[in-house]
Amino acid sequence: MSQIGQVSVKNGQYKIKGDFHHLELGQPIRIADDNWRLIGITNPRQLTHMHSYGGESVFFESLSQGKLMATRCDNPKCETKGSIFQPFRIHCPECLSKMTPIDMTDIAKKTAKVHTFMVCERSGAFSLLDKPIKFINVEFDGVCTILMSYLAVGDPAFGMKVVPCFKRQDPTFTILDLCFVPEGTKVDQLPRGFSY
Amino acid sequence: MIKFSDKQLAIPKLMRPVYLVTAGQSKFDRAFPDKRTEELCVDALVQAAEMINLSPAELKSYIHTCYYGHFADHFGDQLLGESVIHDRLGLDPLGNIGVKTGGATGGSTLWEAVKAVASGYSDCVLAMGWERMDEVPTDEGNFYISCAADKDWEGPLGHIYTGYYAVMAQKYWKVFGKEEESFRRTLAEISVKHHGYARMNPYAQAPMKITVEDVLNSPVVAYPLRALDCCVMSVGAACAIICDEATAMKLTKNTKNKPLRIWVTAGSHTLRPADRRDMEIPLLPNESADQYKDLAKKFPGGERYPGFTGFLAARMAAYYAYNQVGIKDPTEDLDVIELHDAFTISDVQTYEDIGIRPYGYGRDYVESGDCYHTNPKTGKPGRLPSNLSGGLIGCMHSVGATGIMQVFEIALQIWNRWAEVHGDDKIWKKFNRQKPADWTDLQVKDAKRALAISHAGVGSHVTCTILQNPDHLIKKDA
Repeated sequence: MSQIGQVSVKNGQYKIKGDFHHLELGQPIRIADDNWRLIGITNPRQLTHMHSYGGESVFFESLSQGKLMATRCDNPKCETKGSIFQPFRIHCPECLSKMTPIDMTDIAKKTAKVHTFMVCERSGAFSLLDKPIKFINVEFDGVCTILMSYLAVGDPAFGMKVVPCFKRQDPTFTILDLCFVPEGTKVDQLPRGFSY
Repeated sequence: MIKFSDKQLAIPKLMRPVYLVTAGQSKFDRAFPDKRTEELCVDALVQAAEMINLSPAELKSYIHTCYYGHFADHFGDQLLGESVIHDRLGLDPLGNIGVKTGGATGGSTLWEAVKAVASGYSDCVLAMGWERMDEVPTDEGNFYISCAADKDWEGPLGHIYTGYYAVMAQKYWKVFGKEEESFRRTLAEISVKHHGYARMNPYAQAPMKITVEDVLNSPVVAYPLRALDCCVMSVGAACAIICDEATAMKLTKNTKNKPLRIWVTAGSHTLRPADRRDMEIPLLPNESADQYKDLAKKFPGGERYPGFTGFLAARMAAYYAYNQVGIKDPTEDLDVIELHDAFTISDVQTYEDIGIRPYGYGRDYVESGDCYHTNPKTGKPGRLPSNLSGGLIGCMHSVGATGIMQVFEIALQIWNRWAEVHGDDKIWKKFNRQKPADWTDLQVKDAKRALAISHAGVGSHVTCTILQNPDHLIKKDA
């Protein structure tokens, strides 16, 4: 009986348990209008990767706790000292010093607005989002970059004031645990599992 | 506000002149269920040999190093696919290496090939590119393409690259397009033009005789972009042979190909558009700082540069290239160009990034008729015809091959061989494609200088290739 692959880290090593791949035979591909001549083979494959968030792990863990973390360069010798980055990045792109994680949840709640957006009617395989996907890029006061996320309620517009909400219940520990909704959205309108 | 140092902005210099000698390409199509990738690559190399009256074995005997552009290993389910092709082309034991820069892979492959010759390492280099995008269904293909975005911060958001790209298109549409219906029609006109030019190209995958209304009525992919605003997904291969002067002269003796001087430059910008920070607009030779002082006043929302409306990588590639070869004004100094029209709107953005029009006024390049082979408003030759191949919208986007196909196309224009290669009835028949009754020769008369832009997705990598007839160099010591 198969068991979902699970991973933990102990003594600096990955410890794996369960199944990380499943066996399935390929099928022949034949040309229908050429007497069903063999032309190829399917190669089915299902496997599970392990991936480290490394120095960004605090960002993804914090989403499940209702916090939006950013980073700030505090290197006094850096020409862009004081810059706040969202997306959270570990090192300053100017001086490469390790930046300081900061909680910018309040800044986001007070100042987030839609810089640009896109309503996308399609998605790729493995997408967990409902279509259409309402991509939004969100700007924040005092932040030098513009975060990509999605609008979970209503329709996006340029300059629209939005607020973040977080998937505290059954978090996925991915960027999908963060979404935005128009300012003034009631709690009971938030997507399942999300709260302010 | 970020700044660049003088050292970073230094103009590149080649150690010796470098030449494009010949090139070739396969048929392009959505799928080739009956061909392995190597068969397409062989088609391209055989054509390159035939263009200079050599057998493939004779041409191969000159090649010293090989650069292979192939972006998406996972589509072909084959790591080191470059080595497979290298072996099947019978080019062992030559040194070879793979190049991957997303949609700019073809241009980047040429970039590396040119540097190998310029440095003196090799006298003759093969640059070959291909892509195999037909061996997974479209949904899975979209997933694979989305793997070129940041896997933690963007990928989970729908696994659809169009979405990550199209937020920028939407911003341009709002700020510089002002959401005007007339601009929307201008975008549609680009699709009509490129699908229409593809009708004259037997290699092209998406020839169509369509109208602006057809484009405007095609299904919405991501508003305002519709299906006919988007490039095709393709399979195919293209190659080019890059040489030093002595080898170039020897290989082309008594052939129709005059060796063309070639330069390739490159720029880059953040993989995630989200990471873009503000800066001053780097100026091209035909621009002044004054002209952009009131940009935000004329186009509210255009305060940020490059923001989400421009491609810094394209601007930097053009900055290096124009200054390297002496281009003062691309519209005046060039005769024909091929741009990376992944979407109609990105075509317009590129007109501005490479200085064909100032920021905010890209649409005029189309509306003036300058971009056509024959200006539909005047009936006279367009001032700077673009994408006569049909571009990515009409001809192909077989990623690793695209930038090389573009350079083959502009080279044919300078060699005055466009009609020979596109009008030959035997090629149409070989590809099982119907040559249109109204087939038109799109040769640009007396073309001497040309440009091609190869561009990756959201603008992470862009290359700018310049070809010049060596007897008509703008700057002799370039």
